[in-house]
Amino acid sequence: MSDNPTTLDRRTQRSWFRRITTRLGAENIGLLLALVAVITFFGLMSPQFLSMDTFNSVAFQLPELGLLTLAMLMPIIAGGINLSVTFTANLCGLTLAWFLHVNGGPEAGVLAFVVGSVLAVGVGTATGLVMGPVIAYTGAHPILVSLSMMIFVRGLGEFLTRGADISGFPDFIQPLGHGSIWGFPIPLLILLLAVGAWHVLMGRTRLGFSNYMIGSNIEATRYSGIPTRRVVTWIYALSGAMCAIAGIIMMARFNSVRVGHGESYLLITVLACFLGGVNPFGGFGKVVSVFLALIVLQLLSSGLNLLGASQHLATAIWGIMLVAVMILRWAAGQLTFLRIKR
Amino acid sequence: MAKVRIPQLLRANPTETWLVIVLLLITIGMSLSSAQFFTVANLFNLLNTSSVNLIFAVGLLVVLIAGGIDISFAVAASVVQYVVATLLAKVGGGDWVSGLVLGALVGAALGAFNAALIYYFRIISIVVTIATFNIFFGLLMFFTKGVSIYNLPDWWIHRTMLIEFQQANGAWADLTLPVAIMTACVVATWVLIRHTSIGRQLYAFGDNPEGARRLGINIAAMHFVAFGWLGLMAGIAGVAQVHYTQQVVPNALAGRELDVLAAVVLGGARLGGGRGTVLGCVLGVLLISVTQNALNLLGISPYAFKMIVGAVILAAITLSNAPLGKMLAAIRARRST
Repeated sequence: MSDNPTTLDRRTQRSWFRRITTRLGAENIGLLLALVAVITFFGLMSPQFLSMDTFNSVAFQLPELGLLTLAMLMPIIAGGINLSVTFTANLCGLTLAWFLHVNGGPEAGVLAFVVGSVLAVGVGTATGLVMGPVIAYTGAHPILVSLSMMIFVRGLGEFLTRGADISGFPDFIQPLGHGSIWGFPIPLLILLLAVGAWHVLMGRTRLGFSNYMIGSNIEATRYSGIPTRRVVTWIYALSGAMCAIAGIIMMARFNSVRVGHGESYLLITVLACFLGGVNPFGGFGKVVSVFLALIVLQLLSSGLNLLGASQHLATAIWGIMLVAVMILRWAAGQLTFLRIKR
Repeated sequence: MAKVRIPQLLRANPTETWLVIVLLLITIGMSLSSAQFFTVANLFNLLNTSSVNLIFAVGLLVVLIAGGIDISFAVAASVVQYVVATLLAKVGGGDWVSGLVLGALVGAALGAFNAALIYYFRIISIVVTIATFNIFFGLLMFFTKGVSIYNLPDWWIHRTMLIEFQQANGAWADLTLPVAIMTACVVATWVLIRHTSIGRQLYAFGDNPEGARRLGINIAAMHFVAFGWLGLMAGIAGVAQVHYTQQVVPNALAGRELDVLAAVVLGGARLGGGRGTVLGCVLGVLLISVTQNALNLLGISPYAFKMIVGAVILAAITLSNAPLGKMLAAIRARRST
């Protein structure tokens, strides 16, 4: 009935726009616009902004936050949360540091590093393997379970190190935090690999699909024959494993391990997820959008740094940005609501 | 007066019963193993050290009952400390009353800011309060440049004792003013949620927001009451905390929110709303401080405290969410299939 010529015309005229929006997703367009806005603003404000220095500062700082955000992302999409990511990363770094020290400290070989890294990933996975079943089988709230895990892991780390810095690692670890391959920073490469892995995992595998379904409606998912408890356990285990990778990169970046390194990232990772369009109740959210949100956040902080403002101002602006984005989404929702009503 | 049947009371409040039993066990065990534990001095000490967290906790309880969550309140308390210290320095010092009133007002305003964002733009509370956590903390650190204030008026940092006496063994036992403030806050919260119609509405709203709306409960008012009350408590707690630390440190309270949250939920408040009591909340906070106190008296390394407390909470959640009977039934059901 609405297929009269005029609406058809309008539809074909609009179709290129529609095609792009459906291809990219409305979320990504908004984020790309924000990215362009941030680059233009700081490009105009400071001539040094559009340079390799900015690229390098972003490329070397982004991975720690990025890897932790990936660790946060999976549980949030499942309708949960993992508040222990930062301290789990510390504990995993500590595991690797301990193993390197046992095997000669600065003289430790590559093999020791590899085995230590495997152990670190094992420790990270283990925290998830404790949290996952508790959440899946007892129905305890993920905030609470991961919060107590956070307190426990932090306590364990502080108990083992007595609050001290652990340093003295072999030199070949340095490039992992500071090196480049053909001018491309290694930490960024690792982050890109992790983002790619998460993208495939979430979009192309049974586990990823189940993860989205669980976040949307865990009971319906269970009734459709998906072993939700096992999936939830896997999700937290993978989240813990990703923390371990973040912990190893952090160790290489700071050349030391201290419980509390990156502590302030905890809420930022949640913020980045929400900014990237992840539904706070779970079920929806794309890895690529979150990655875009991370780039926007890091560019903002690097730009403000160039203008001489402190990281704290950047933190405040990150918060303001999250509120602004949520208000915009609300306004967009109101608009479509009104249009449907009409 | 209606007769209260004890077994019924216990069955109606399983969390509180468990907490009381565990607390009693710790108390008995500690009284046998340490001479210092069951003394007035130690009791006073416990109250002194946990009063700030208790004020935070009863505030957070109201928000949890109303179905929300707040991450920003501890940082808001730091903002309050700075604002109160700066403003009172300008007018020449002030006193306890002006300090508390000002702190409560500023805190309530910050809470109302959260409520406004949550209500008018329909953003869920965890997103809003994570954002405001960053906004409050970032701006506070930016404007103060992380510098502490040491030059505070006398009334604020000079220890005000309520009771003070020397024990038989020569140790001084003292109870400081924040304990009285804490008691007032706990009683006020109890009256609010148990004995006013607003309190009943908060429970109804937390349990089923849509149902509450259809009953004619003012949803906007619920948001502002819950977050405003937490802001109010956070402001008061901020002012009280300075009494112990004797200085205003901008990042002293950041991070405390998660510890308080864990304690309140341990006390039986449900994330998701509609359930929680003041008694359980107080017991939850006390259980954690008594555990720490006991570990301290047993001579265990302070570095191990958090680890043990974390393990205790993790175990408590697992057990309280999975009654053993139900778990056994589940295992049996699994075997039979």
